[in-house]
Amino acid sequence: MPGLSGRMSTVVKAKISKLLDRAEDPAETLEYSYQKQIELLQNVKKGIADVVTSKKRLQLQEEKLQQQVVKLDTQARQALAAGNEELARMALERKNTVQTELQGLDTQIAQLEDQQQKLTDNEAKLRTKIEQFRSKKEVIKAQYSAAEAQVRISEAATGVGEEMADIGLAMQRATDKVESMRARADAVQELEAAGTFEDLTTLGPGEDDIDRQLRQLSSSTVVDSELAKMKAELGVGSSSPVGELGAGSEGGSAGAAPAPAPAAAEEEASGGADASEPGARQ
Amino acid sequence: MIVRISTEGQYELGDGDTDQMNELDNDAVASCESGDEARFRASFDRLLAYVREKGRPIPDSELAPSELILPPPDVSLEEAREEFSGEGLIPG
Repeated sequence: MPGLSGRMSTVVKAKISKLLDRAEDPAETLEYSYQKQIELLQNVKKGIADVVTSKKRLQLQEEKLQQQVVKLDTQARQALAAGNEELARMALERKNTVQTELQGLDTQIAQLEDQQQKLTDNEAKLRTKIEQFRSKKEVIKAQYSAAEAQVRISEAATGVGEEMADIGLAMQRATDKVESMRARADAVQELEAAGTFEDLTTLGPGEDDIDRQLRQLSSSTVVDSELAKMKAELGVGSSSPVGELGAGSEGGSAGAAPAPAPAAAEEEASGGADASEPGARQ
Repeated sequence: MIVRISTEGQYELGDGDTDQMNELDNDAVASCESGDEARFRASFDRLLAYVREKGRPIPDSELAPSELILPPPDVSLEEAREEFSGEGLIPG
């Protein structure tokens, strides 16, 4: 069959016979093949460890990004409460970017999980096959004439060689996945390093190049709706406790109530308290 | 006839399945050459489904060479094309 399956078979068989050609007599072929199988089993174990390490790294990043989402959300709230809508918007935009990244990480962690499972299954299978090969090897050595042994050996060796080629392929695919994930993990790390706003006061509107880029990237509708929701929760712009900072307290629903903004009031209070308290006690 | 689906396992199919296998395989090749990803995917999936459905899975404790070997289920069109022209999927 010259098709896909035929071509694969030819390639595999060519590789196996190349492997077997290295040994000259049947007994040597058996030993050589067996030795290769054991080596491969070791490699598979290493491969699994590698996948697990990469998976853990991504999980760690996921945790950090989740913390960042919480932090950015808090910061957006703080910014909004302080009347700095522009900054709140930026924090939400960044949060949006981080959340998108989180979704990507989820998928990749699942993929690595899948690879890990496959390799573990493969390892178990290879172990069984090697065991099978080992007992066959002893039987062949003990029972058959040289000529017949040659045939049986090449059969057994081809069978196990095929399994080896197959697991080699599975390993390669896992490694490729891990490689591409490493690149992504590095990219995520950069995002993580960009971090949340350490100090709300240092970042004015459009001060940061990253922020501008982020703003362009993220969908502003998501941010808009989230901002609106947050405003509603905080009561900004309506009958709010921060009415003064809102967009010009329309209608003055709160009437002539004593309405100094709590944020400002707090500042004054705390600032004043420090100075006045000792005085009050004296 | 023993058929292996790479990275998955071996299946034993009856002699009566050979013609159908041949047909499905040829279709997979044709769709691969057409360069149409969706068409290749559909065709290759049909081939895999046939082997899984008609074949008897060979237990791990048996050691037998396959007559046919199929690329792994997640093979991309790009990789399948490589398989025809270049070094192939199997690592050295």
